[in-house]
Amino acid sequence: MTDTAPLAAQGAGVGRSRRVALWMRGLAHTLVPVATVVAALIALWYLACVPMNASQSVLNAARADVVVSPESASDRRGMSGLALAIRNPGVAVTGAFAQDRARLPAPHQVAAELWAGTAREPVTSNRSLVYHAWVTLSATLLGFGFGTALGIALAVGIVHSRVMDMSVMPWAIVSQTVPIIAIAPMIIVVLYSIGIQGIVPKAVISAYLSFFPVVVGMVKGLRSPDAMQFDLLATYGASKGQVFGKLRLPSSLPYLFASLKIGIAASLIGAIVGELPTGASAGLGARLLAGSYYGQTEQIWAALFAAAILAALCVALIGMIEKALLGRMGMGS
Amino acid sequence: MALVIFALVLWAAGWALNARLASGPARETTAARLAVPIIFGATLLAMWELIVRGLDVPMVILPAPSVIAETFAARLPTLWEDFVQTFLKGALSGYLIGCAAAFAVAIVADRFDFLKRGLLPVGNFMAALPIVGTAPILVMWYGFDWQSKAAVVVVMVFFPMLVNTVAGLSDTAAMQRDLMRTYGASYLQTLVKLRLPSAMPFIFNGLKISTTLALIGAIVAEFFGSPIRGVGFRISTSVGQLALDMVWAEIAVAALAGTLFYGAIALIEKRVTFWHPSHRS
Repeated sequence: MTDTAPLAAQGAGVGRSRRVALWMRGLAHTLVPVATVVAALIALWYLACVPMNASQSVLNAARADVVVSPESASDRRGMSGLALAIRNPGVAVTGAFAQDRARLPAPHQVAAELWAGTAREPVTSNRSLVYHAWVTLSATLLGFGFGTALGIALAVGIVHSRVMDMSVMPWAIVSQTVPIIAIAPMIIVVLYSIGIQGIVPKAVISAYLSFFPVVVGMVKGLRSPDAMQFDLLATYGASKGQVFGKLRLPSSLPYLFASLKIGIAASLIGAIVGELPTGASAGLGARLLAGSYYGQTEQIWAALFAAAILAALCVALIGMIEKALLGRMGMGS
Repeated sequence: MALVIFALVLWAAGWALNARLASGPARETTAARLAVPIIFGATLLAMWELIVRGLDVPMVILPAPSVIAETFAARLPTLWEDFVQTFLKGALSGYLIGCAAAFAVAIVADRFDFLKRGLLPVGNFMAALPIVGTAPILVMWYGFDWQSKAAVVVVMVFFPMLVNTVAGLSDTAAMQRDLMRTYGASYLQTLVKLRLPSAMPFIFNGLKISTTLALIGAIVAEFFGSPIRGVGFRISTSVGQLALDMVWAEIAVAALAGTLFYGAIALIEKRVTFWHPSHRS
């Protein structure tokens, strides 16, 4: 990425302090391409709405006595959306972006649903996306806490005990090739039958998905100090606990945070999937399921975007903690 | 109660054996490396059997491994049918399409720096999102059969694969690129002879991550509607009937399929990237 002009290039820093100039340069370097890609994706989405919703728009137009081609409904039935859109371009374009229960709702419809679900409803109402997001988030955080604690404990064991390294690590890897999601409905039923319900079963699934990145990252991190540093502590006569607290743990933190970011995203997926097979009544997964039962496509898309925003916020929050903590420890980039 | 105590004794014995193997004279041999995890797994399985029998745990909570094995053997044709539906038709076809598409997009993105700078952050962001959530939408669009499952898998594997491939393609040292330039190599020659080979560790990393995602996607999509076969379908109906032995048999199928799939990719990786430091030792 050395293709931008250096800061000292002619005119690069005119009238700006170094900090501002750097910021402006970063803006042009990443923000413009990202904004272009996002805009292109949204444009594609709008474009895709036309053929996807064509059969419904043409049907609506025919009911409103507009002449469409082909005229009989039975002729239209076998045609693809694209063919219908090409033969009735005017009707297909005007009707594509404002349907109820569209096959593919337009971005502004999803945005409106998202806005209605977050800002227009009281947060305690079960129509509020904030409420559902909170239900999912609470299970996510509980599972993430379990998973992280388990992951760190396993990693500490693996680093200090050769037996554990040799016996547990292969199984931890195998455990991740098992699609946990297959086990999710069973975990929920089994825990229910021994009297545990609510957020704990979902949290168990979240924990299972998030412990592995933490184990791998922490094992790598706890082993990251080089031999010289270990030797130095040995010459100081440091105990195993001191080596752990003063050398291994601090140097593992960058690895830990990288894993935590993966782990929280995985936890959220676990919590959402944990809500699917049980017919849970609250949570973003439940919104997805209800939306798919009743064909409320806008509701599905809104729940999907709410989940995406939630994931992004969680990852960003961990990123901020990382930046603050590593900055204070003198390890900030 | 005696069985439970026996289980604990067995655990202690297994651990002691492993401890001896791991710190004994044969600790660096391949045999010890294989034996230790196998002993660990076998001890866990034996403890499971003994504790379930010893404490009379009801079938609806946890069936013993022997019961699961019996069901597995007895219902083999059904399990095979589910395996074909979910794994071969849903997961594998989606995996191939998704990885190929991501690879192609990565090559194009790599050619145009503007596209790369725009796609990489977006791809990284998308890779962290709960994409399984698109399952109900895709099931609605592509119907109940395996096509919709394959579509979910395509969407799920696309972004991790894209991000890894793009990252891999830029993982060449300036010296190596300069060398290719002094040879007068064209873009295509540089790509095929230098950048693709050195991207292989990253590409295989993406392929390995995607194996698990593919199975997850195919199974989850079945919760939103499927024909009357498939691993996800069988699991959700068997849980409803409290036939937990069948559920565990399906889990064993999924675990076997997942492990073999991952193992196959890892094996290919070893043959393709034999030059990489992590495989040389």
